[in-house]
Amino acid sequence: MYAQMVKSENTDSGPELDAFQARIDAGEKIEPKDWMPAGYRKTLIRQISQHAHSEIVGQLPEGNWITRAPTLERKAILLAKVQDEAGHGLYLYCAAETLGVSRDELTEMLLDGRMKYSSIFNYPTLTWADIGAIGWLVDGAAIMNQVPLQRTSYGPYARAMVRICKEESFHQRQGYDIMMKMAQGSEAQKRMAQDALNRYWYPSLMMFGPSDKESVHSAQSMSWRIKINSNDELRQKFVDQTVPQAEYLGLTVPDENLRLDPETGHYKFSEPDWTEFFEVLNGNGPCNKERLEARNKAWDDGQWVRDGMMAHARKKAARAASAKVVAE
Amino acid sequence: MGDHLFEFLLRQGDNTLILSHRISEWCGHAPIIEEDIALANIALDLLGQTQMWLGLAAEVEGAGRSADDLAMLRDAWDFRNAILVERPNGDFGQTMMRQFLFDAYHVELLNRLANSTDERIAAIAAKSLKEVEYHFERSATTVIALGDGSEESHARMQAALDDQWTFAGELFETDAGDHALNDAGIAPLPSELRAGFNTRAIAVLGDATLNIPETTFAHSGGRSGKRHSEHLGHLLTQMQWLQRAYPGATW
Ligand SMILES: [Fe+2]
Ligand SMILES: [Fe+2]
Ligand SMILES: [Fe+2]
Repeated sequence: MYAQMVKSENTDSGPELDAFQARIDAGEKIEPKDWMPAGYRKTLIRQISQHAHSEIVGQLPEGNWITRAPTLERKAILLAKVQDEAGHGLYLYCAAETLGVSRDELTEMLLDGRMKYSSIFNYPTLTWADIGAIGWLVDGAAIMNQVPLQRTSYGPYARAMVRICKEESFHQRQGYDIMMKMAQGSEAQKRMAQDALNRYWYPSLMMFGPSDKESVHSAQSMSWRIKINSNDELRQKFVDQTVPQAEYLGLTVPDENLRLDPETGHYKFSEPDWTEFFEVLNGNGPCNKERLEARNKAWDDGQWVRDGMMAHARKKAARAASAKVVAE
Repeated sequence: MGDHLFEFLLRQGDNTLILSHRISEWCGHAPIIEEDIALANIALDLLGQTQMWLGLAAEVEGAGRSADDLAMLRDAWDFRNAILVERPNGDFGQTMMRQFLFDAYHVELLNRLANSTDERIAAIAAKSLKEVEYHFERSATTVIALGDGSEESHARMQAALDDQWTFAGELFETDAGDHALNDAGIAPLPSELRAGFNTRAIAVLGDATLNIPETTFAHSGGRSGKRHSEHLGHLLTQMQWLQRAYPGATW
């Protein structure tokens, strides 16, 4: 998902931990000032900031088409959508800050590669149909994961998710709408739409992360209610929801093994290429370098702006203080 | 009058369209997330205003063209925006200085247009004014903060002002068409807006500890369409790409 393969660790034990677990099991929310195990805090910081970084880096592939959007209306919708993603990043950084890290620290860890963001944003947007595919598939996959996270145990994270989810369904709709227009359009547009689905299908399935049947991290995160569903469960749900939508568009999901299992009512489908997934995570995706370079450039070029604003704030405070002295 | 009105509406819609486009280039690349969001907001407001201005232009023209046709299918010489708004973004300071100069003019203009005898124009102006007053607040605050900030930010803002100042003058250029519209009570003479603009500029740039260049020279050629800068063609190449590459397709 936006947070993939987050390492979960637990080093605490004792009555405090038992009481903490009991609160979670009772469905209570944990708030910033409450006692929490160090591992819970650490895991949450990792997960929330990975999610935040994904929103921010995720601006780039879609931002790539804002200046080429085909109509004024499409341009406005896309711009509003990408702006929402920046807002999601902001909510999530704020939620992470309640755990005792600063946004600047987290940003630096993203920029020097210590922290990750979702693998999906390392794929290029080559045609306008990719903007449709991202809204439809990528936001669609994100919703699968984020809706249950509205019930996650950490209060600020759950509340951030509630705000985010309100906007995500609009994101998915606008994406599907773009695909619909193209699928019903000219031959060239249909070809573009099919090509976008071909390229984004497996990377979208990868968003949920590898099968976590045997993962200890998942088990710990699930008992803490930081993770609500297993990766495979969500992936299955996503495929079940998306295949009929593709059929409705008249597009073909690029999977020869795809078929509806009449016994279970679920689709059987091919696994994505996990070797590719790990390559992307390790920096070898098609756009890893460009994405990080763009974020680093924005940060470095913006240094003088942030410094200038700080300097002004200090001057203003000093002037206000001396004016007060004069008045007294 | 019809031609003058059409030209006037293009000037409004092209200014907002091209400036919106430039600002939207920042999306994902701004110095702070809050600024990224704020810039996208301004771009969105201006895009919405574009739809209204060009929509009305298309209606007035009565040639069966839509706002999208006007935006996506005209070549550079038919655009009527001031050169100021087609200039490349430069650094964040240059973008904000350009925005401030445009906003200061834009508020003055819309204030007057809100009383236009043409109700359609008055309605668009009144709606836009609420947004643009906020744009002005924001760009003025940013120009002051960065001008009166660090040594480096001050130097960059002074350089931005020196660089942009001679492009602001075109906003107040006044031709026969402007006179015709003014006589009909439809729009003010651009030259009449200069005093209000100057008051705003002197106040804000003073607080920003920046020096207004002494020159009275002004570049021109954008609002008349006679000679745009080289930058506009490249901007249109990008903006119009899909419409040009796939003629007649609907998106
Ligand atoms: Fe988002
Ligand atoms: Fe997203
Ligand atoms: Fe989204």
